[in-house]
Amino acid sequence: MSIAPASFGWFVRHELNLAWREWIAMMTGGRRARGIGLAVFLAAVTVVLHLMAFGLVLPWVKSGIVADKTTLVMLTGTGMLFWTVMLSQALESVTRVYYARSDLDLILSSPASSRKLFAVRTSSVALTTIVLTGMLASPLINMLVFLDGPHWLAAYGVLAGLGALSTAIALTITMALFRFVGPKRTRLIAQIVAALVGAGFVIGVQAAAILHYGNMSRFALFQSADLVASAPALGSPLWLPAQAAMGDWPALALVLVTGLGTLLLTIALTASSFGHHAISAAGLNHIRSQRRPSRRAFRSGSQRHVLRLKEWRLLQRDPWLLSQTLMQILYLVPPALLLWMNFGDSAGALVVVVPVLVMAAGQLAGGLSWLAISGEDAHDLVVTAPVHPRTVLRAKIEAVLIVIAIVLLPLLALMALTSPYAALVTAFCATLSAGSATAIQLWFRVAAKRSMFRRRQVASRAATLSEAFASIMWAGTGALLVAQPWLAVGPAIVAVLVLLLAKLISPRRNP
Amino acid sequence: MSTPALAISTLSKSFDRKVVDALDLTVRAGEFYALLGPNGAGKTTILRMVAGLLQPDAGDISIFGIDARRDPLAAKRIVAWVSDEPMVYDRLTPLEYLEFVAGLWQIDAATAQAKANELIDWLGLSPHANELCGGFSKGMLQKVALAGALVHDPRLIILDEPLTGLDAGSARQVKDVLLGKVRDGVTVIMTTHILEVAERMAERIGVIAGGQLIAEGTLGELRARIGKQSSLEDIFLDLVAHGAAAA
Repeated sequence: MSIAPASFGWFVRHELNLAWREWIAMMTGGRRARGIGLAVFLAAVTVVLHLMAFGLVLPWVKSGIVADKTTLVMLTGTGMLFWTVMLSQALESVTRVYYARSDLDLILSSPASSRKLFAVRTSSVALTTIVLTGMLASPLINMLVFLDGPHWLAAYGVLAGLGALSTAIALTITMALFRFVGPKRTRLIAQIVAALVGAGFVIGVQAAAILHYGNMSRFALFQSADLVASAPALGSPLWLPAQAAMGDWPALALVLVTGLGTLLLTIALTASSFGHHAISAAGLNHIRSQRRPSRRAFRSGSQRHVLRLKEWRLLQRDPWLLSQTLMQILYLVPPALLLWMNFGDSAGALVVVVPVLVMAAGQLAGGLSWLAISGEDAHDLVVTAPVHPRTVLRAKIEAVLIVIAIVLLPLLALMALTSPYAALVTAFCATLSAGSATAIQLWFRVAAKRSMFRRRQVASRAATLSEAFASIMWAGTGALLVAQPWLAVGPAIVAVLVLLLAKLISPRRNP
Repeated sequence: MSTPALAISTLSKSFDRKVVDALDLTVRAGEFYALLGPNGAGKTTILRMVAGLLQPDAGDISIFGIDARRDPLAAKRIVAWVSDEPMVYDRLTPLEYLEFVAGLWQIDAATAQAKANELIDWLGLSPHANELCGGFSKGMLQKVALAGALVHDPRLIILDEPLTGLDAGSARQVKDVLLGKVRDGVTVIMTTHILEVAERMAERIGVIAGGQLIAEGTLGELRARIGKQSSLEDIFLDLVAHGAAAA
């Protein structure tokens, strides 16, 4: 059946076609063999996640799940965790609808209706948000279906309703930003808000759990008698999503109608301004950022110093990276809080803090190293300069590690007041974790533009996985060095093996 | 005879096929040399090997008597490279970019600043000296890249299609700057598809096809070679057609 050109269905087919090819390219990097390997890996991860979910859900099912306040608080709290991830993801994606150029210039300059395109693109944001969160939540839902009954399938419907609602809220926030702060700042603020929303609830709940119960478990807070006692009565509309997830069909219908209805209404209200805002966002490419006239004199320095300074300047002026770094630093808040709570206490709680800091160091180093080593916008300039390639790499690595040190040092100093040994272990393992992530980025380096940062994982799944595994293993080493030092040998050996394997499979380079 | 600015002998490079095939090429010091050839002839590959951006499979490259394969840093000190895609940092201003380039070439700060201001002025970038390069047009970016190439006073400037996408005014400015440099004794090697530019600016022209130098000389010598009074375009097409037939 043929679809009329430029109709709603035609745009849907166009978008699906692009999304599918993009996804395949992202997953396989254009190599069929990689696709097969990835499918096997994903299948294994799915099995492991389902087994973990089985372990979590089984005791709950065995004790009998009843729709009382305790259960509703637990489900609503857990649901909120997923919903904030949804909202964060939707906000990030909605911003891209306005700012990503690709084919937007072509379509906006054609006689096709921009309203139809907008409706299709925002619907696809909602769909993507629902599918991604569905994938995250599916092990828990599937295990509940398996162990407690098919009525839990209604939870997928709740995800659909909440996904639609998240997209509607994200659209509203974006429109408000366009109106009040203008297209120039909308993207940056939306990214920061997305980061804060994504991390904020998780961190807030952890912070509350630490302050009240002295541990980092979100579930401890959701199961607490105080929270249950202060929660609204059973008839409150707050419990509708949780009741719907448990198979209350009228509640599910209400959640779906509210979510989808709000989305449709928001699309209808905002579609007319899409073309205008997208064009104003496009105009930003032609606006020059005036900096304050610099009267300072040029400074002399070694080639390494000049390269480091350039890296820091570029990092400092990269708003997207700043929002990402902010999010990673936010994740350090709960461990910092735990440190503060345990100030002067035994080093027991530090077993939790050490790996978090070590992991954070590795993750931050991975991102920054990619930017410094692979994301070199003036690659030809640096290569044709009379600088030894080793000097260039050394300067870039130094630039990254100094940033990590600046972020971690205050926390390490605080930790040293509680336990100098734990601080020393954290510093040692964070250095190893950051060093490993940097080395992996070095071995898998490519010549790329900084703007490709978001898609850096596509270049090499092996680099991404090695980086993550190495960080996890160094985090484990750190935790065990504090708790059971002799056991730390295990994860340390695995971390070294991961590095050796990464080096082995990294692309060969000309000397 | 003085040392040539560039002396290439039996230079070869293959990717999935032979791109540069035992090439011999000599460019005299202080001359403007245009390298012409159809798409895929190997021009950019040759120049990238000279600039140290690609490793040759075989052959020698000598820049003002310096063996560029044995002592690349010494060679790079006197060479500047400008490509058709200006590689400039979006989040640096032209002045910060020039400060960075001067730092890489270890130019004394005071000298570099004076030179940077002079170049910024010369290229008409003064009103934009403190703006981030991110919003610049292609022509402006190319001028910033050119200023970067000149800030360390190179003896040899290599340019790969530097006029692509430039408006008439920017192209004129770039050409004037290059001719001024040649008058000052700097050697310029440039690839271009705009044959009028090569015809007007270059003292000697080399025609590359299939990774080999199929003809070389002044415009008059090339005309004499095909035996008729023609434009460079006719000469070029004739030479390339004969080169292809010979291959």
